[in-house]
Amino acid sequence: MGLFILRRVLTMVLTALCLTFVVFFMTNLYPNLEKLAKSEGNFRMTDVEVASWLSQNGYRSPVDPDLLAAYRSGQIESEEASRGINTGFDVRLFRNYAEWLGVMPGYVIETPSGAVNARCQAPGTALEDAPNFCGILQGYWGFSSVFKDTVGSVIGTRLALTGKLMFWVMVLMVPTALLVGVLAGMREGSALDRSLSTFSITSTATPEYVSGVIFIAVFTSSAVGLKWFKGSAASAMDDANFQNFFLPVLTIALYGMGYIARMTRASMAEVMNAQYIRTARLKGVSFRNIVLKHALRNALIAPFTVIMLQFPWLLNGVVIVESLFNYKGFGWTLVQAAGNNDIELLLGVSVVSVIVVLVTQLISDIGYVYLNPRISVT
Amino acid sequence: MEDLSWTGLTGTILDPILMILAPLFAVVVVARMLLSMFEPDTGEQANPDGTLVQTGGIWGLMRLATVLLGVALVLVMLAYVASGLVLGPKAGILGAMARRFWPVWLALALTFALSIQFKRRLGLYGKLFDSTIGMIGFGLVMFWVFTALFSGVFDLIATHDTLAQLSGMKNKVPGTPVPDSESGYGWYLLGGDNLARDVFSRMVKGSTVVMAIAPLATLFAFMVGITLGLPAGYYGGRLDTVLSFVANLILAFPVILLFYLLVTPEIVATGLPQYMAMVLFVFPLVFSAVLIHSRLRTQPGKSVLWLAMVLVPMALVYLSVINEHGSKLDFWPLDLFDVPGGLLVVFVAVVFVNAPTVFRIVRGLTMDIKTRDYVAAAQTRGERPWYIMLWEILPNARGPLIVDFCLRIGYTTILLGTLGFFGLGLPPESPDWGTTINEGRRLLAVYMHPALPPALALLSLVLGLNLLADGLREESLRD
Repeated sequence: MGLFILRRVLTMVLTALCLTFVVFFMTNLYPNLEKLAKSEGNFRMTDVEVASWLSQNGYRSPVDPDLLAAYRSGQIESEEASRGINTGFDVRLFRNYAEWLGVMPGYVIETPSGAVNARCQAPGTALEDAPNFCGILQGYWGFSSVFKDTVGSVIGTRLALTGKLMFWVMVLMVPTALLVGVLAGMREGSALDRSLSTFSITSTATPEYVSGVIFIAVFTSSAVGLKWFKGSAASAMDDANFQNFFLPVLTIALYGMGYIARMTRASMAEVMNAQYIRTARLKGVSFRNIVLKHALRNALIAPFTVIMLQFPWLLNGVVIVESLFNYKGFGWTLVQAAGNNDIELLLGVSVVSVIVVLVTQLISDIGYVYLNPRISVT
Repeated sequence: MEDLSWTGLTGTILDPILMILAPLFAVVVVARMLLSMFEPDTGEQANPDGTLVQTGGIWGLMRLATVLLGVALVLVMLAYVASGLVLGPKAGILGAMARRFWPVWLALALTFALSIQFKRRLGLYGKLFDSTIGMIGFGLVMFWVFTALFSGVFDLIATHDTLAQLSGMKNKVPGTPVPDSESGYGWYLLGGDNLARDVFSRMVKGSTVVMAIAPLATLFAFMVGITLGLPAGYYGGRLDTVLSFVANLILAFPVILLFYLLVTPEIVATGLPQYMAMVLFVFPLVFSAVLIHSRLRTQPGKSVLWLAMVLVPMALVYLSVINEHGSKLDFWPLDLFDVPGGLLVVFVAVVFVNAPTVFRIVRGLTMDIKTRDYVAAAQTRGERPWYIMLWEILPNARGPLIVDFCLRIGYTTILLGTLGFFGLGLPPESPDWGTTINEGRRLLAVYMHPALPPALALLSLVLGLNLLADGLREESLRD
């Protein structure tokens, strides 16, 4: 078991490194950096100025000094100079990634004007005080340009809000889904089974943006006039109550519920056809006892994995629902970061979501082995 | 012209009937569900002499009641459609819509009549018509397929142009007549949206966009998944380890983040999606080439002929698709057509997300099937590995793959909607359902009619695909 977990953890770390590198690569592609340079520096910068700004701030390798000198002295036009700039792949990417991770010392670049740009130097402190390494391993997540705050604290607050949402989603989704699945699976083909199965198929076929829109239209709009709930969950961030928080929770829970319920139903139906259940029936055990004491425990092993593996999908739903209901949590932050080219925040968000996905996969694997004595890892 | 009511003339007769039947049906269904908790657990039992014993009493009665009420409800719905076909706009908005959809009804009726007539000769497809669930699902799916076909190819169903903005129709409720409508259709059947465009036409045209992308993207994902999954499962070993690791890598990537990273204009400008298209779209070519060559290896002349016949057109299409003037990939002189704005990127993103799941399914099935005797027999005959994979294993894995194909089209539709919902990829004036829902949701608290029709359309299509997959699974298990 120990070796199994160790191997899984090692694979997980490798996966996390690969994924964060992919995100790092994509957010640091030249057009993204160009946009960043223009928004941080000056919107009217020429291509050469953008390139030299990027190299001075440690994003790219230095621009060819001859080219820069020729451009500055007016020997070549800016169009000609911009053709000489490398906008494609830059080897510095690997070093930047290592710096961002915190396994290589941060850059210290002296600009021609004499100022020194250093990655690890916090604004207003001396260069000598700056640490050598500053990456996510040291807890330095960077600075968000949208929220004007450190990425660590942005993600912390937003994650707490989404945690609240997810907690209530789980509280609603898991028991309901298990109940629906068990009730449907205990008598295959009965009226109860058919109705509940129809319900779970419908709920898997209703993505969050469809059910959310329908719920808002029916329960909150002035056109229908029910107005039972609030169409925005913005007030739920400080003070969540049934009126402003139930619809977003229900919307996420509904889409995941159908899938878990169907898995539970399949697993329950399989167990109910097993030999030992037939033996129990022949011995005259009452139906209620068969379901509760004999079948239920074995039937719940498979859904456990499914519930854990639902997390990545829930993340998807969280992004949609938080945008739809204007709940400013983690998913909303992802949209803001991606939409506004906030590179460091986007990196932070992806690190967190990748870790969440991988950890749930690990728990699901370990839990499956732990719960099911028939599976051995050795 | 006057405003249309929802049901018009027919409503005076049919509405009260529906008002009585629908609640009654709901009550009976709920009562039956509750009662079935106490049903003695006999249900249907087969006696040794071949007869069936069924639970009688109140449970049998309830079963009869649900069936009768259900049939009555369906008849009422059909009456609405029939009256709409006859009366047109006089039968209200529903009637007018029913008439606009006439080619679809005709095509559906023909499909069902022919399929049920010859169902014994049609294999798995014919067996679908033995299951109610499967038939309902098939009906829903074909409804949207025909709608997409007739509105996209023959321009039949939609009443207005999807981009036409008529003055005075902004946010108007369903059934509002169009001012000065001498030419063209007289009403906005499902109202006007925020830009005074016809919601009904946009919903109908949106089906064309979805139907053009979703099945094709799923097919491509299957090509990729099958071409990589078969060798991974068959050979195992290091190849399997590497491919599985990559698949798990993509699967662990949050889908939304991937979309945001792939589909933003800055990334599109680097040509990255085009390079990905170059890699992903080569798989259908590889698949067909290996499929043909592994079969005809012993007849070289025939093999070359077939390969040329299939691969040359495919290669031309492939090169035209990935090549685009003025982008990073611009090398091929004979560019037959260009893929319209953003479509290629959306396509690539959706294929990329779906392919690893298909890979895992195919790999699992291959690992299971390769232990069978007929595979061993083929190996003993001295068949080549690719022949065994493509002509022995793949045909025997078709059942689960067909079922998953249906489910996956539904999932792809959901993904497309998600992309539209976040305004990624497709142009903002595109009539596809996700984009329309995204536009409609901003004013949802006041006007709900622009957002609901595309939402319900998407729901019904995905539900249909799920039911179809369920029906297929049930029928293929019965073999």
